[in-house]
Amino acid sequence: MALDKPYLDVPGTTIFDAEQSRKGYGLNQFCMSLMKPENRARFKADERAYLDEWAMTDEQKQAVLARDLNWCIRTGGNIYFLAKIGATDGKSFQQMAGSMTGMTEDAYRAMMVAGGRSVQGNRYIGEDGDAQAHRQPQGQAGKA
Amino acid sequence: MARITASVYTSHVPAIGAAIDMGKTQEPYWQPVFAGYEYSKEWMKDNTPDVIFLVFNDHATAFSLDMIPTFAIGTAAQYTPADEGWGPRPVPLVQGHPALASHIAQSVIQQDFDLTIVNKMDVDHGLTVPLSLMCGQPVAWPCPVIPFAVNVVQYPVPSGQRCFNLGKAIARAVKSFDEDLNVQIWGTGGMSHQLQGPRAGLINKEFDNVYLDRLIADPAGLAQMPHIDYVREAGSEGIELVMWLIARGAMSDVNEGRAAPKVAHRFYHVPASNTAVGHLILENT
Repeated sequence: MALDKPYLDVPGTTIFDAEQSRKGYGLNQFCMSLMKPENRARFKADERAYLDEWAMTDEQKQAVLARDLNWCIRTGGNIYFLAKIGATDGKSFQQMAGSMTGMTEDAYRAMMVAGGRSVQGNRYIGEDGDAQAHRQPQGQAGKA
Repeated sequence: MARITASVYTSHVPAIGAAIDMGKTQEPYWQPVFAGYEYSKEWMKDNTPDVIFLVFNDHATAFSLDMIPTFAIGTAAQYTPADEGWGPRPVPLVQGHPALASHIAQSVIQQDFDLTIVNKMDVDHGLTVPLSLMCGQPVAWPCPVIPFAVNVVQYPVPSGQRCFNLGKAIARAVKSFDEDLNVQIWGTGGMSHQLQGPRAGLINKEFDNVYLDRLIADPAGLAQMPHIDYVREAGSEGIELVMWLIARGAMSDVNEGRAAPKVAHRFYHVPASNTAVGHLILENT
């Protein structure tokens, strides 16, 4: 019998459930390793070689090399783990969160100062809010 | 006899810690956030407890995917602020209270909550940012702290109802400790925020303010809210709010039929980085 997953119809959102966690174990543990300064240094010296030490799929390694956090999440990454990559790169949490929207850093920050993203149209897949798939990427990236 | 005198609720945004540590609290962006805690710092000085029971979540810091306890109670004598990748926060070591913590662990497990007992754990911004907001930048924290970590990273996280019931069990455990201690219980995290995907940056002021209203006046009803409502309305990381129900469930109106708690302070502000900041101080009557 299928598990109850009522969160699959929330747009622009991946819930890190047990299935995602299983897929992302190697990827997320690689991220954890970046909490040690010596590992951050080794990763920065040769990213691909460092990634090859971990039980990750090639797609997961590509997603990390591309610093595409949405791609990382699709392959099982969780943002609290992925944040260690951002920290290694000297990025703030706001820069990381903003990078997943397609907005520029300034545009994302301005959205937050103006009160954040509205929930209107962003509760269910199929509505017309700015987090819906048909409106990605957002901001200037979407107009290019 | 130990007793819970008050509960404190606050967001624990990492950027708030960074703003404090880097001396940015008076910058225009941050000033409104910290203004909301001026009263709280004074209140803390006037109402310093003997122990803080601090409910928070670990953000892939002490617990990796190697092990993920749903509820973990710290019974150690001391906890070190963690290096989360940006270097450890320059804040004091956190002193524990092993005697009360181990007493609560035994009592709460006997009440059918399966706690993981932790004697070695670095504590991340989830624990240290609330302490900074409430206590400022002292050379030592004003009292011992019992860290209580809740899994809100990997789904399914505990339900609001289970958290509320756990709060009741903690209240009973505290009451059965013989030493005469003044204990505060803090619930941290939230309010609305989402840190991932194209929906990152979600804020829902209406949801948050109704949440504060109901936490004060209708906590038993609020505890019945299902996970999906938090995710849909308050963002995927807004689920942290279930931790506030642990603190609320430990208050005396819930457990002893006493009058509703006094609302000593209420504050709400958007934004701090990606997050809505909410804060309450409730005193037992």
